[in-house]
Amino acid sequence: MSGHLGGTAALWVLVLGSLLGLELIGKVPPTLHTPLMSGANAISGITLLAALALIGQAPTPALKLIGAVALGFALFNVVGGFLVTDRMLAMFRRREAN
Amino acid sequence: MIELTIELGSVLLLAFGLKGLAKIRTARSANGLAALALGLAVVGLLLQQGLGGWPWMLLGLGIGGGLGAVLALRVAMTSMPETVALFNGCGGMSSLLVAIGAVQLPTPLNLVGQVSVLVSVLVGAITFSGSLVAMGKLQEWLGTPDWTLRPQRHAVNILLALACLACCALVLKGVPVALAPLTVLALLLGVGLTLPVGGADMPVVISLLNSYSGVAAAAAGFVVGSELLIVAGAMVGAAGLILTQVMCTAMNRSLTSVLFGGALGAGSSQTGDGDGGREEYTNVTSCSPEECALTLEAAERVIFVPGYGLAVAQAQHSLKELARLLEQHGIEVRYAIHPVAGRMPGHMNVLLAEADVPYDQLVEMDAINPDFPRTDVVIVLGANDVVNPRAKNDPASPLYGMPVLEVDQARTVFVVKRSLGSGYAGIRNDLFELPQTSMVFGDAKQVLQSLLQELRSLGVGKVAAGAGASR
Repeated sequence: MSGHLGGTAALWVLVLGSLLGLELIGKVPPTLHTPLMSGANAISGITLLAALALIGQAPTPALKLIGAVALGFALFNVVGGFLVTDRMLAMFRRREAN
Repeated sequence: MIELTIELGSVLLLAFGLKGLAKIRTARSANGLAALALGLAVVGLLLQQGLGGWPWMLLGLGIGGGLGAVLALRVAMTSMPETVALFNGCGGMSSLLVAIGAVQLPTPLNLVGQVSVLVSVLVGAITFSGSLVAMGKLQEWLGTPDWTLRPQRHAVNILLALACLACCALVLKGVPVALAPLTVLALLLGVGLTLPVGGADMPVVISLLNSYSGVAAAAAGFVVGSELLIVAGAMVGAAGLILTQVMCTAMNRSLTSVLFGGALGAGSSQTGDGDGGREEYTNVTSCSPEECALTLEAAERVIFVPGYGLAVAQAQHSLKELARLLEQHGIEVRYAIHPVAGRMPGHMNVLLAEADVPYDQLVEMDAINPDFPRTDVVIVLGANDVVNPRAKNDPASPLYGMPVLEVDQARTVFVVKRSLGSGYAGIRNDLFELPQTSMVFGDAKQVLQSLLQELRSLGVGKVAAGAGASR
């Protein structure tokens, strides 16, 4: 299993990604704390990529099953997270229109 | 090449999505953008690795995605915090499973890979069990048992953490079986860390666990060698930390006191609106909705203070109706929103938005506090700790220092509450005993409905209708 980069370069990716995350969110109005948490939470379900990779590379059905369960958990997080966030934010939009 | 382009594109979209989510104007489209980014990332990955094992993929997709969608569309806005906790826990579980699966692949992992597996298992398990405990506490399935608050708990947690580290060392020494005890110990550690945290602090914990699940995702990225996963995980992990910090500031709590300080008002009483604690209050006046209606009718400025009790009673629509009636009568109506009213920051805004309350009537704490002295009537609906004067006056109180709505400055205060039970933090509220305060006991929705009836029978609505017609 290897991506585009070697091990050390991947560590750079980690560090720079973290710095980006620190910078992206500065001041957040309290109104948005809940939706933002929920949205960020949905993004963290991106482990579904790892689950897909596991299914792709697994030689045995047992291992593929583990991958499928992992995928299920991740998708529960992703699909549920984005929909719930959208439901919350939809209410703000209607209010803005008033 | 095309896969790379897609991957880079989805990283960009993710970053913009996360940024946009922090601003009201762009939040909704940003959420869509982030969802699109995840979809793109999946397409990119599948282009790269092919569709091998697709029945398994469909299985996971159908069950996980389906259940997630059903839950997300069905769940009531009041249970949003616990829902987020549940989703978050499942993300952690996914990272945990991926790591456990990855060690069984025929290709041996290098050192970075092995360490990542360990991080993924450890953090994933803590996230999972911690989030489930958080959910249980928010649903009030779990309380804060006294034994969890003994100082020994720190020793237990430290021992658990050390045992986890020992297991990690074993795995690195070439004993992969040690992953099993590591998983169990990390799950226990998640419970041990979350169980003593008080219900009022739970949002902060969920936010922190959310950050953890980002870390777990980044670790899983190292395991499977996906830079996209590493970037996204790192981004969410870091952003989650910032958000946690922002929330702590809003509640005037430090992260360490949330995590290690235990529940507020620990041991004084169980949480909830039970009948316990009634004898603690000596000087309480209570009144009927009729009396309350009479006072309201004569008022010029009214402020509503909604809290979680309002949400539980699903009374936001009745409240809106009452507010409209009062406005027709020429009374100025506003809502005072404490940053942590409800069970999660911003929770009240979401609920009142659901009832179509106009944006400009929701006033945040700092803006409305100076107005309380010239306010005739304040109606506190199912809020408790956020209006407790002790937070200002009593340095010994665990609430001391938390910014509160200064409703005690108003001329008349009505507190609508089911009983005199203590608040979520389990602390006695001096507001209830003030001379200008009257308690209106009952379910928020029923009280509001009888208020509406009383006001209508006083002719409040009719007068307004007549005035409207003559205009």
